[in-house]
Amino acid sequence: MSRAPYERPITSEWIFRHPRYLRYMVREFSCLFIGGWTLLMVWGLHQLSQGPAAWAAFLELLRSPASVGFHLLTLAFALYHSTTWFNLTPKALPVPFIAAAHYAGWAALSVVILALAL
Amino acid sequence: METVSTDVAIIGAGGAGLRAALALAEAAPKLRIALISKVYPMRSHTCAAEGGAAGVIKPGDSLEQHFDDTVGGGDWLCDQDAVDYFIAEAPKELLQLERWGCPWSREPDGSVAVRPFGGMKLMRTWFAADKSGFHILHTLFQTSLKYPSIRRFDEYYATELLVDGACCRGLTAIEMRSGQMRRFDATAVILAGGGAGRIFPFTTNGAIKTGDAMAMAYRAGVPLKDMEFVQYHPTGLPNTGTLLTEACRGEGGVLLNKAGRRFLQDYGMGPETPRGHPVLKTMELGPRDRVSQAFWQEQKKGNMLPTQWGDCMLLDMRHLGEKTINERLPLVRDMSISYMGVDPVRDPVPVRPVVHYMMGGIHTDLRAATPLPGLFAAGECACVSINGANRLGSNSLTELLVFGRRAALSALDFVEQKKDAKPLVAEADRAQARLRELFQRTGGGETVAGLRKEMLQTMEEHAGIYRSGEGLGAACAKLAELRRRYRRIELHDKTNVYNTDLLQALELGSMLDCAEAVVQSAAARRESRGAHQRLDFPARDDRHFLRHSLATYDAGGPPRISYQDVVITKSQPGVRDYSGAHA
Amino acid sequence: MSERAVELEVLRYNPETDKEPHFQRYALSCPQEWVVLDVLNKIKESVDPTLSYRWSCHMAVCGSCGMMINGEPKLACKAFLRDYRGTIRVEPLRHFPIERDLVTVIDDFVAKLARVKPYLIPKEPPPEGAEYRQTPAQLKRYKQFTLCINCMLCYAACPEYGLIPKYLGPAAIALGHRWNLDSRDGGREARQEELAATEGAWECSFVGACSEVCPEHVDPAGAIQQVKIESTVDWYRAHLMPWTNKQK
Repeated sequence: MSRAPYERPITSEWIFRHPRYLRYMVREFSCLFIGGWTLLMVWGLHQLSQGPAAWAAFLELLRSPASVGFHLLTLAFALYHSTTWFNLTPKALPVPFIAAAHYAGWAALSVVILALAL
Repeated sequence: METVSTDVAIIGAGGAGLRAALALAEAAPKLRIALISKVYPMRSHTCAAEGGAAGVIKPGDSLEQHFDDTVGGGDWLCDQDAVDYFIAEAPKELLQLERWGCPWSREPDGSVAVRPFGGMKLMRTWFAADKSGFHILHTLFQTSLKYPSIRRFDEYYATELLVDGACCRGLTAIEMRSGQMRRFDATAVILAGGGAGRIFPFTTNGAIKTGDAMAMAYRAGVPLKDMEFVQYHPTGLPNTGTLLTEACRGEGGVLLNKAGRRFLQDYGMGPETPRGHPVLKTMELGPRDRVSQAFWQEQKKGNMLPTQWGDCMLLDMRHLGEKTINERLPLVRDMSISYMGVDPVRDPVPVRPVVHYMMGGIHTDLRAATPLPGLFAAGECACVSINGANRLGSNSLTELLVFGRRAALSALDFVEQKKDAKPLVAEADRAQARLRELFQRTGGGETVAGLRKEMLQTMEEHAGIYRSGEGLGAACAKLAELRRRYRRIELHDKTNVYNTDLLQALELGSMLDCAEAVVQSAAARRESRGAHQRLDFPARDDRHFLRHSLATYDAGGPPRISYQDVVITKSQPGVRDYSGAHA
Repeated sequence: MSERAVELEVLRYNPETDKEPHFQRYALSCPQEWVVLDVLNKIKESVDPTLSYRWSCHMAVCGSCGMMINGEPKLACKAFLRDYRGTIRVEPLRHFPIERDLVTVIDDFVAKLARVKPYLIPKEPPPEGAEYRQTPAQLKRYKQFTLCINCMLCYAACPEYGLIPKYLGPAAIALGHRWNLDSRDGGREARQEELAATEGAWECSFVGACSEVCPEHVDPAGAIQQVKIESTVDWYRAHLMPWTNKQK
């Protein structure tokens, strides 16, 4: 009869209500940079297929300050994303040492890639 | 007025109410069941019970022994035919719960585990860590979701039973969210609304334990039986009153006075057993009434620890070790740390007796039927009596299941025989009018909080662990006065939507009725038995008082007290021996 | 007993007199060791009897008293004054409609709980006259998910639930998972439809707030991720090895 349940409107202020939500959004936001980096790599492959001049131009682009800045940011986001992801893995797969196993795998893979690159 | 038509209406959705609903839904899938509760079922106070539920399953135990423990524990005020029934049904009910998925704690071989409990000669208390009531409640509630025939009315406050000359035909209830009253036309009604511990200021009971079901039956002319028997649980937290389960002592915890000395052996529960190796039915595993009374005596000698919340004893569980405490008493540890700032792994916890359970309640026979045809009752609100003058720990959770089911079967029987249904429209309208009068009343001068405070003070002072004729007389007079002043209560909140000022006013009315029944029955019982101890009549008097008290409503005045014999079959009243001598 | 000055700012709403909720301030003196619930009780008793809220056990087991305290979902009976400075803001649990003052409408949660079939669907009939055997290790596997007190703090913390009301939500999924993990239960397939739906576990983006605010350490976030993995495995098995599907 006199009921009138009140629904409080949802705004994006929730992101700032507690540090955990901001951290979450940063984690999710990282996908923009990682996605962007992937596109850059695809572009690089394409340039490779266009011959040595195009490839050289691409490498020049990579050396530009903007590109370096972008790569540093992307690396930071990727590290953040990876560490948060690995740390959360035990919740999804409650197997002993699973997080450590992820880090170990990451380290091993990094060593291999570095060896190939150098 | 909006109406609901149903075959059976169950008031209260705790352990007993849910068990009744399940029994009905399984026995008669086409039966219309209305499950009415002033709170959502998972909030029912069953959730706070910690220790466990008793039932004979282990080899070496027997129904006979559970019977003896219960009847002796009840100081021979139990109806022995009812106890016989209870004991036999107990293991079946606990097994049924397991089949519904209850997470009972287990032995290494996968069978159900049992733990020691106060007043029991052998281990027979099934448990789910130290949240047994919680798990039982949630198992029952979640299982009830399987049955569409159980129609729930959550947050409906039942106000009155509708009775014509011959039988109970339903009830009125307020839908709390809208404030509107509904009439429930029911062929049978089962009351399962719990006890009334909130009539005392220090209690393990939650806010909702206000004796509404007891009061409803009382006002409909059903006597309240053995109301004077109020159980104090020896180990409640002194600030919040909340419960530290008896299982603390079952696992080996000990009680110390301020000098760090165990003292129960001075009160007939010795000899002192080795720390951490409790012997059943002695010392800290004595029955609750004896242990609480020992506290009171020891306190009189000045041996209790004074704290900012009053005198306390110490519950020492350090010797149990962190592993055992975390495994078997995790809730206890959490509560001690959060609310007392004491970690039981490192320090003894200050505790003291607090009101916990009402042995008394709505008079029923062993079929859970009240004298009013069509009205049944089960759980703490009922008094069959299987608990007599003092209940043994872990018999209550089992009681909910056994008599929840029993009430359901009796109600089903009744429904199958009844032919006519007659909606009591005029009676319901009168109930509505009474409510409206309270709502619209002005200039009364009394408040809910004010009267409630006076009631609590009176009960604490005069109706505690030890009582006297003089004190009880004062309490009777005071409660009669409060009853009269209650008619002048004025609400501050006169709106309709979820009005908790109104709720609390109605709950106070229930509490005043229950409190008056307690003190009047206590004043009339001139003996000491179980949880009812009189300083002026310290001995048990079987000749005059091996009987149940019945408090019957007498409009506008105190209840009339009468007596009914106890059913004695096998066990003649003897001496309650909790000394090690019997071992 | 030492007291301290306490100031509460409580969100009030009475549909009969208010168009919208508004804050009301209360100032009083309370014992230091109290919780916010104790303060609310004192306000109701001695200052303002019209304040409505739910509570019962005062020991964090009934789940009644969930509310937002300084913007965080908490049980009022476990929000210790010692942890707060200055004015304490008390609001009804977020993401649920407000019925009155601090009382919310929880119909949505109650309906969702029923949908996950939170009861035993036995794998096989029980042994004659005896209990199902379940070892302590088997019990441990699902035990933590049985501890949910249905307080809905997780729903208040979950931004997905706030943005997408159809989402099943942490507690409901965790309780479905509790039964899936019970060694006596064979109902995983029956629960699949709800749990593995788009609005089931897959709506979750692993914010993890639910587990952070859970007063019973149920870890619903963990349960939801485990449901995601389980339902993925089930899907692949059903499609790549159709001969293993149960006869319908």
